[in-house]
Amino acid sequence: MPKLTRRAALQTAVASTVALPTLLPREAIGQQRPSELKIGISTFLSGPASVFGVPGRNAADLLIDQFNRAGGIGGVPIRSIVIDEAPGVDFLLGECRRLVQNEGVDVMLASISSGSCLAVAPLAEQLRMPTILWDCGTQRIFEEASYRYCVRTQANAVPEIVAPLLYVAKVKPDFRTLAVLNQDYAWGRDSWAIWKAAMDAVKPGVRVVAELFPRFGATDFSTEITRLLALRPDVIFSTSWGGELDTFIRQAAERRLFERSTFVLPLAESSLERVGKTLPEGVIVGGRGDHWFLHPTAKDTQILKDFTAAYRQRFNLYPIYPTFHMAQALYGLKAGYEKAMAANGGAWPSREQLMDTMRGLQFAHLTGTMTIREDGQGLEPMLIGMTKHVNEYPFPVIDRMVMFPPELTMNPVGTKGLDWVRLLTPASVQRAPAEIPYRA
Amino acid sequence: MDRRLALPAFAGAALVIALAASAPWLKFVFTIALAKGLAVTGILLLLRAGQVSFGHALYIAVGAYTVAFTRPHVGEMLLLLPLAAAAGTIVGLAVGLFVARYRDIFFGMLNLAFSMVFYSLLEKLYEYTKGTDGIRVARPTIAGMALERVDYEWTMLIGGIALALALGWLASRFLASPLGQALPAIKTRETRLEFAGISAKRVLLVAYVISAALAGLGGGIIACTTLHVTPLLSYWTHSGELVFIAILGGGGSVLGPYLGAIVYELVRVYAAAAFPDGWQMILGAVLLLIILFAARGLWGIYEDLVLRKGRRA
Repeated sequence: MPKLTRRAALQTAVASTVALPTLLPREAIGQQRPSELKIGISTFLSGPASVFGVPGRNAADLLIDQFNRAGGIGGVPIRSIVIDEAPGVDFLLGECRRLVQNEGVDVMLASISSGSCLAVAPLAEQLRMPTILWDCGTQRIFEEASYRYCVRTQANAVPEIVAPLLYVAKVKPDFRTLAVLNQDYAWGRDSWAIWKAAMDAVKPGVRVVAELFPRFGATDFSTEITRLLALRPDVIFSTSWGGELDTFIRQAAERRLFERSTFVLPLAESSLERVGKTLPEGVIVGGRGDHWFLHPTAKDTQILKDFTAAYRQRFNLYPIYPTFHMAQALYGLKAGYEKAMAANGGAWPSREQLMDTMRGLQFAHLTGTMTIREDGQGLEPMLIGMTKHVNEYPFPVIDRMVMFPPELTMNPVGTKGLDWVRLLTPASVQRAPAEIPYRA
Repeated sequence: MDRRLALPAFAGAALVIALAASAPWLKFVFTIALAKGLAVTGILLLLRAGQVSFGHALYIAVGAYTVAFTRPHVGEMLLLLPLAAAAGTIVGLAVGLFVARYRDIFFGMLNLAFSMVFYSLLEKLYEYTKGTDGIRVARPTIAGMALERVDYEWTMLIGGIALALALGWLASRFLASPLGQALPAIKTRETRLEFAGISAKRVLLVAYVISAALAGLGGGIIACTTLHVTPLLSYWTHSGELVFIAILGGGGSVLGPYLGAIVYELVRVYAAAAFPDGWQMILGAVLLLIILFAARGLWGIYEDLVLRKGRRA
């Protein structure tokens, strides 16, 4: 007897644990207004890129709470399900399937890593899953394929690199030598390829004195800094981010590299609060788009002030660019649903109606308005500026800001970014808008 | 085949199919798990000889990238998978000739080194591999048929189960053969093996090449399932994952790797669903519990609870 019960108990235990997924399945139903809008969010919750992933997730939590207090989207409350993209593509794709086929997610906000986005987009297409690419930067996505169910609510690597190039060409027109120090992975290589091609077109004759690609995750840059000190390039370009950028800034400041060369750090907005005033004045910084918590045209708007205050109160940090990218994705999604519903006579839109509306959509977010192009690519200006130390903040703020419009920095539909940047001319620099000074 | 293995094997296969039928998203998770199970079977062979490889993700990546690179020229899965296994075999032979001379920590660390060299190459040869962005794999045809997504996923899962059963059976035959029996001898006392006139190095090399071929095949299946390969496949955490699965499943049986792989993937999925911020803790706790209270892994628990009691009664 005991034999039977034990085996039975074991089998029941095993069966019930493993059968758990079958108890839950729910199929997403189109057209009918759902009782809640489920948004699956993939982001980095672990690993080095969690410096972006966690602020992004935090922004989603905060904004979804705010949206829900104001009645959600079209009266439907939002619920988010967050998944970690750190373990790699095989895990992430399994998780996406789970969210879509088991949790019955209505929309996916996909990924920080470009590799993740490149893998998720085709899957979203197969699953007919409305997907917003909320932070990944590669321009390859919409250049190499066209997707019906994917849009991107932010710019991509091309304007993110072209804008700081035009900026440095404008504020330091006489630079003749340049060195690059990028992380040795896809983004580091891609961004350098774009910069190099664009620089040869915009400022032909600039000599590249060093191409340094320390390994991804490096914690010591003393060799690189020694070489840069010896080479004395006029400009040092680095698209590094996170812990590596922080370390590089600290070590470079320690050895006074900032005094010899002008730094161009297109992602440094996300490091400002962490490195503090170690980062000297006069460094060219950007934040991958048209956003900053002291955005020149939006800083006095109630919506941005409230957001920054609420974000600071809840997480004790200033918002950085991934928070704004997440906000753009959520505001874009809300605008898309509302417009599609209005066009649909107030009825809940189907997935296809939603995605058709998202294309060509113009929407307001925390720091401005932006549009989504017909190929799904978002168009937003690029805010680039120079660091300045002020008394109000314990870290540098951005001064001499230029907002590069997408017409100047983004390749048109149907062209490849890397080919398009070669068509830029020295005249492109003159077309940059006027500088906006920092004001308290 | 041993009835004590055949019964749970077929019952397990049926259970996997039943679960996948009721929850469609599990098809993908199970296919990946079975592919990893293949690689872990290779780890198991080496474990029999007392050797732990911390670098077998190398062969998974070799298999996966073989598929990714040949896919533009070869559109047939029945060719792609053997190619992946062949690539695993060739690289396994080249590396094996070297590492089979070493034992224990040296064996493990050398394997780790090779896999990380390959990882760096995949990252650095950006022009060819697209770096960490990875390479997209177009969905191949299966026996000349271009299948739709759902049919394709089913075919991959059923094919994976069939491969797992067939190769699991072969692996158990191999372990029962004189060559397979020589593996535990490497673990207990290698000198005796040499005195018996058997080259320990060659025995280990054969096991190593088999394990590389299995992992290459597993990598091929992963590439054909995820349809996107990235260098992360050969990163050391993925090698560690294979060893983790081997310990979780238990080395006592060729079913252990598949049991371990499926439980591992399910634990990870549910841990990630319940605790998106701390799923690694759950996995770590599971591994600790297994090490502390069930050193022979899940298969060991199964043996204790079902087989032993059954025999005694």
